[in-house]
Amino acid sequence: MGSDYAIEAEDLRRTYKARTGWLKPKRTEVEAVRGVTFTVGRGELFGLLGPNGAGKTTTIKLLNTLLIPTSGTARVCGHDVEKDTREVRRRIGYVFGGDRGLYDRLSALDNLRYFAELYGVAPRDQKRRIAELLDLVGLAGREGERVEGYSRGMRQRLHIARGLLHSPDVLFLDEPSIGVDPVAARELRRTVADLAATGTTVLLTTHYMAEADELCDRIAVIADGQIQALGTPAELRHRADGRRVVEVEAYGVPESAVESLRGLPGVRETAVEARGALQLLTVHSDAHVDVQGDVLRELAGIRLGRVNSREPTLEDAYVAIVSAA
Amino acid sequence: MSVLRVLTVGTLMHIKQISRSPFEIAITLIVPIVQATLAVYLFRAGGEQHRLLEAAVGAGVMGIWSSVLFGSGGAIQSQRWLGTLEMIMLAPRRPVLVILPITIATGLTGIYALLATLVWGRFLYGIRLDFAHPLAFVVAAVVCVLALGMFGLLLAATFVLMRNANALANTLEYPVWLVSGMLVPITVLPSWTGPIAAILPTTWGARALREATSGGPVWPSVAVCLGISLLCLALGGLALTYVERRARAAATLALA
Ligand SMILES: Nc1ncnc2c1ncn2[C@@H]1O[C@H](COP(=O)(O)OP(=O)(O)O)[C@@H](O)[C@H]1O
Ligand SMILES: [Mg+2]
Repeated sequence: MGSDYAIEAEDLRRTYKARTGWLKPKRTEVEAVRGVTFTVGRGELFGLLGPNGAGKTTTIKLLNTLLIPTSGTARVCGHDVEKDTREVRRRIGYVFGGDRGLYDRLSALDNLRYFAELYGVAPRDQKRRIAELLDLVGLAGREGERVEGYSRGMRQRLHIARGLLHSPDVLFLDEPSIGVDPVAARELRRTVADLAATGTTVLLTTHYMAEADELCDRIAVIADGQIQALGTPAELRHRADGRRVVEVEAYGVPESAVESLRGLPGVRETAVEARGALQLLTVHSDAHVDVQGDVLRELAGIRLGRVNSREPTLEDAYVAIVSAA
Repeated sequence: MSVLRVLTVGTLMHIKQISRSPFEIAITLIVPIVQATLAVYLFRAGGEQHRLLEAAVGAGVMGIWSSVLFGSGGAIQSQRWLGTLEMIMLAPRRPVLVILPITIATGLTGIYALLATLVWGRFLYGIRLDFAHPLAFVVAAVVCVLALGMFGLLLAATFVLMRNANALANTLEYPVWLVSGMLVPITVLPSWTGPIAAILPTTWGARALREATSGGPVWPSVAVCLGISLLCLALGGLALTYVERRARAAATLALA
């Protein structure tokens, strides 16, 4: 119908206003999304990738009508999200990660029946559709149990079944694999890939690089409420071309040492990630400069573990994009 | 047709969800006993033996009101906690079709309080359950529940906007009990409460039930009660549509 695109976002902005304090109220404003523009083609699997607080959830909620944009416009299947709200809602499904969003004291079947009714699935189709979806997400046989007894993974799958009841054209998935075990996460990725293969447009947010890489046709990297890079996984990988990565496992690196690493000639980026007792230092440098020796000299006196110099991966490209933001 | 189905299925599911809460079960077990006792001692002290049943009915209506009040406020709030508020508001339906089943469900679980108060009154205190118009009593009870459900809708509209809806609910419980004459006759209240009482559907519902219990023209009260509550429904429906938009602008559908 009408539009070639499933999703069109044009300079979307969203500010949260909050009042904190009671006796002396203080107004705070958070600019969560600051001018986001992109389009998603029909049937495309599009990823929004970014760290926590980047504005992924806010962007999704602007597109699925849960939030009204402070400025900018968005269309889903050609319908304006602010003006044709109901037309948009008929065509979209929304699934978010975590274990909220379901009626705990009802069975899975009752949850699905209720939402099927709310989302306007024709009564004569409901039974078949619900059975189909229970099958799809592997909950057939467990549908009579109350959701409060479900594991995290089962809730997540029920969530997905619920989001698909009315066969939406566009599915919004907000960090669906959060808190799900690796096996369940893999199942989930397969389900999502299958959906996209059968023509559903999927907009997926995640902060797992690998997930976005495996699933998405195109990825928008978002940080600080703005899109920092947009392209296919292969295109994004090129962002790290001309770089080399040195990884150092260390114990108790002071902030000053990290600072001095950043100042070394040829070094472009440094990142520190805590992994239990040890810290993983990642140093990006120009490919033609060998910084490993310099790095180890700067870290003299600090207890070190494994040291490793390698070609950049997509993950490194992501780190490069986000830390440049 | 489809509208009726949404309302029915929604009401059933919300009754299930509400009535399975351990907190709710504890409340519904204890409160009616307290209310029956309260009613009996208030009136026994006054030496008005013959009005015991009337008092028990009044106490029961208080139970329905509390259920609707905390149900409407609490349901919105607890759905915010559950994360289901966003999911149901996202349905391609008019907001009134989404919220009304919740408030009707709280009214229906409240009617249990009325019945239980009567039963405890019978067993603990030997109140004789001889209603002047038994059939009218049943009709009045049903209307009362629907009326309170629709009144609850109007309340719920404000609760969707307010993050701390519970605080408002707390302040409304006792005044409405008193003003609408659920326990003491309206005639003993200061005259300025009269106009407030006259527009509250609770007043007319309680009055219809009282008339069905002790004799009196039940139907006019039932009609007024129904009229006022339909007005609440219309206002509540409009308010919800406005409020839903406001909530999306102010980001109050979700927790954080
Ligand atoms: N309801 C809210 N009120 C105020 N600030 C919020 C609200 N929701 C999110 N934020 C803030 O907006 C920013 C973006 O949040 P979010 O869109 O949830 O990011 P992400 O999903 O990428 O983690 C964060 O700084 C967050 O604290
Ligand atoms: Mg998020």
